[in-house]
Amino acid sequence: MDEVRMPTCEEMVEFVTDYLEGTLPEADRLGFEAHLRLCVGCQHYLDQMRRTVTVTGALADETQDAISREALLMVYRAWLKERDSS
Amino acid sequence: MVREEESQIISALRAGDEAAFMRLVESYQGSLVRVAAMIIGDAEVAQEVVQETWIAVLKALPTFEGRSSLKTWIFTILMNRARTAARREGRYVGLVLETDESGDDQHTVASDRFHPAHTGVEAHGWVTPPRSWEEMPEQVFLSGEVRRLIHSTIDALPQQQREVITLRDVEGVGAEEACNILGVSESNQRVLLHRARSKVRRALEAYLGE
Repeated sequence: MDEVRMPTCEEMVEFVTDYLEGTLPEADRLGFEAHLRLCVGCQHYLDQMRRTVTVTGALADETQDAISREALLMVYRAWLKERDSS
Repeated sequence: MVREEESQIISALRAGDEAAFMRLVESYQGSLVRVAAMIIGDAEVAQEVVQETWIAVLKALPTFEGRSSLKTWIFTILMNRARTAARREGRYVGLVLETDESGDDQHTVASDRFHPAHTGVEAHGWVTPPRSWEEMPEQVFLSGEVRRLIHSTIDALPQQQREVITLRDVEGVGAEEACNILGVSESNQRVLLHRARSKVRRALEAYLGE
């Protein structure tokens, strides 16, 4: 395994997405977690990123879907008719 | 939706089962409209694009080979049409490489938040560490204002970043599926997601106070 090097705070913010995605190489992940244990600022930063993802996901509660189901059913019927006539 | 379910739906559609078509519509419609609206930036055009998408899905159904999941396939068709519409609306500047720093001057975190290199032990550490958001009342994050803030921040992102964050974080699509829908590599997808998320966090932090 590569030697574990402790990243700086400035590097931590660049690693955070890879860390959350689980794609950080083992040595970098260990360094990331070691830094995290010692640094409240980076703990907060990681929490803020997690929170950002959750809050962004709340946008999915709303939809402006106003397409009539009747119209879509017509689309399907038209497709069937065309298919069966050809 | 599991593969087996998908092939059942496809045979039902081919057999003329109206209820099966409507069930398929209900499964994805909300998500399709949201994604289209985010990409195009116009709710009305988004509705048209989704309607066209269903027509295109049915038209291409006989040639669907199941190499991707039905969901991925439907969203790919939507994405192509939404991009075309966005371009028409003057929104999409074409295939620029947004992983390139040019035209995207925003740092993940502003560089003045960190001590400069010559400051010895403090170098590259936080000048003012980020605040904890844990003590903030939950309602703050659920407010209409925060919702609008996130919406407008995503709206202002470069096209590819907007596409990635919409699929990943708004719709909860997995990384691999998002790559297939958008036709980007996994590493590219992660870079775009990182940029997009970092900007939304920055906007939230600016709103909530550093």
